[in-house]
Amino acid sequence: MANRARAEAVDPHSEGGAPPVPDSEKGGWSRWHMLGIEDLSRSEIETVLDTAPQFSAVQRRESGIKKVPLLQGRLVVNLFLEPSTRTRVSFELAAKRLSADTLTFTPSSSSVVKGESLHDTLATIEAMHSDIIVIRSTFAGAPNILANRHPSHIINAGDGYHEHPTQALLDAFTMRRHIRKMRQDPEASLDGVRVAIIGDIAYSRVARSNIWCLTKLGAKVVLCGPRTLMPAEIKKMGVEATSNLKEALDGADVVYALRIQLERQGSCLLPSLREYIQLFRVDNDSLKVAPDHALVMHPGPINRDVELAAEVADGPRSVIMEQVSNGVAVRMAIMHLLANHV
Amino acid sequence: MSVAIKNGHFIEPTSGISKKRDILIEGDRIAKIGKNLSGDETIDATGCVVCPGLVDIHVHFREPGQESKETIATGSRAAARGGFTSVVTMGNTSPTIDNAGMVEFVNRRARETACIKIRPAACATKGMQGEEITEMAELKAVGAVAVTDDGKDIQSSWVMRRVLEYADMCGLVYLAHCEDHSLMQGGAMNEGYNATRLGIPGMPGAMEEIMIERNARLAELAGARIHIQHITTAGGIEILRNAKARGVRITGEATPHHWTLTDDAIATYDSNAKMNPPLREAEDVAALKEAIGDGTIDCIATDHAPHTQSEKEVEFASAPFGILGLETSLALVITGLVEPGVITLERAIELMTSAPANILELDAGTLTEGGLADVTIFDPKAEWTVDTEQFASKSRNTPFNGATLRGRVMATLCNGTVVYQHDGPKAATIG
Repeated sequence: MANRARAEAVDPHSEGGAPPVPDSEKGGWSRWHMLGIEDLSRSEIETVLDTAPQFSAVQRRESGIKKVPLLQGRLVVNLFLEPSTRTRVSFELAAKRLSADTLTFTPSSSSVVKGESLHDTLATIEAMHSDIIVIRSTFAGAPNILANRHPSHIINAGDGYHEHPTQALLDAFTMRRHIRKMRQDPEASLDGVRVAIIGDIAYSRVARSNIWCLTKLGAKVVLCGPRTLMPAEIKKMGVEATSNLKEALDGADVVYALRIQLERQGSCLLPSLREYIQLFRVDNDSLKVAPDHALVMHPGPINRDVELAAEVADGPRSVIMEQVSNGVAVRMAIMHLLANHV
Repeated sequence: MSVAIKNGHFIEPTSGISKKRDILIEGDRIAKIGKNLSGDETIDATGCVVCPGLVDIHVHFREPGQESKETIATGSRAAARGGFTSVVTMGNTSPTIDNAGMVEFVNRRARETACIKIRPAACATKGMQGEEITEMAELKAVGAVAVTDDGKDIQSSWVMRRVLEYADMCGLVYLAHCEDHSLMQGGAMNEGYNATRLGIPGMPGAMEEIMIERNARLAELAGARIHIQHITTAGGIEILRNAKARGVRITGEATPHHWTLTDDAIATYDSNAKMNPPLREAEDVAALKEAIGDGTIDCIATDHAPHTQSEKEVEFASAPFGILGLETSLALVITGLVEPGVITLERAIELMTSAPANILELDAGTLTEGGLADVTIFDPKAEWTVDTEQFASKSRNTPFNGATLRGRVMATLCNGTVVYQHDGPKAATIG
């Protein structure tokens, strides 16, 4: 295929040249799109996690050229129909570090504001012959619509309350790195690792993608949040669920706090932020029952001192900044796997 | 200083005891239950029943905001006179009991002025507006024993669902006054032949039944506990039965006036017979008694709702809803349910002690060695005529003034202290 030929044509000895693609990777990925974690197998997830480290290395280059030509000459379109800064910037950076050309559509600057339908926006993008489209939407299933009628590789950057697969993959990558360091075992997996996800589960695509990803990797997931924000039949996803924070944090290897959306208070789901903080905030007090080695994570942006105390967010257990930099590496890995392996 | 209650017929529902026993009280606790006991003082309970202090999980004591009708002090005295040692107060005061400060207010006023135990229920929505849920975890932490918007029903099903989920998460039961308010339209009595004849807008049974069904379904969806207050219609009872059969965690209460009177009582436009939900018809009364008899109804409560005479002595349609209940409840149970054989005396006491207490997990409704001495002594056969001038309540709004009933409270003890003692031929004497 033309894509693969392009990758192999790059001189591996040139500065910032393509790192060699290990044979195991070539066998480990065959999907055209990255729409969600639910349909991925454990080995596909691990392929992404195993591909990411080399791109972390690219980012950390002392020599200064934080770039590889793996997607040179390719077009990555970022279609952000829902406002986002961090995820959008992360994807833009990932594409640029792979030497791709990028275009970004955001709601305020696009014809969507003028009333152009999704259909026509997509047709316009189609006419540009993109290789990869990264889409974020307020509506679940928007990436699927795109995937059904578009020849490009589609990456779901978050669709409504449904999935945010790249977030879950960077989270798992972060967790696995720390578990390996802690156990001094470069092959350690997440099997048996206890992950507590705290907060608004019902309206969280990050929660859903993380649940799929972590359970497939063998971790034990416990969800904790107000009953009014716990989705129906959630235990069928193979998790425990509780409204008792102590119970959730007891023995947790990873504490993952979700952003509580302040507007939830208005729609009768919570009496007040005050009571939410009292019952569910991850802070030094509630973390007393968690082991010392417990990692503290958050997908961002943080409501400081609401779901997460400021001193914990900035404290020694927090790996939140690592999540951000790992995000670029994992997104580079995903784009590379999609564009060069299928 | 010990007190022996002697020669009474001891009925204790939780343990199932119903036999002649003496009770010895030391300080605020029951020291011994046995035979031939003696103490420094004696209460002669010959011919009387001795049972756990009665429990009423539905009263309005109007403090703060409407102290002319009743206060926590006068309400507690009315309760004591009626044989009650624990009551749950509703939150539709002014301001409402919708935050921790208000719950603590009720607790403080109770400590300062009440002669029996007051357990506040708190509002489920802020200001009882039916829009935002209250901080229930905190309310429970400062002593609220239940949540309710009683006085109204939460009209939005979305809000009601979230209320039930959140209450259940906090370990609280929702006490449900069921009413589809959009069917109200100036209604003042049961919709039926009497309303048509009297020219008073009616409140159909469906108004209540629609919401009992809705609330039961939402409780089922939420996996939450719900208690249906003042069920008055045959249709409502059927809904309760069906919900129980489906495994919903639902209980229901009946109030004495709803099984004693029908809307015939309104013939003279006496607003002392006006309450919400209203008095219904003969078939509803029959269905309610049957439901009490077969256990579908889980407990008895009064919905004691005082109003001043000047408020009540107006045109029927203008008068506020509500009647008193604490000082006539036991007699109406004995006269209306026990004597005709609908339930046994033991079951009657259970419905007024351990049953309501268990619904809200209150520390009340039992009489055991080592437990607090909340005791009611009553003569089930004593006949008396209701005279509102003797009432301890500040208000007088009852349809039973002048009624001759059987079953009279002789003495009520709370934490070992006599808080009510009847002076009369068969007075419990303290010698």
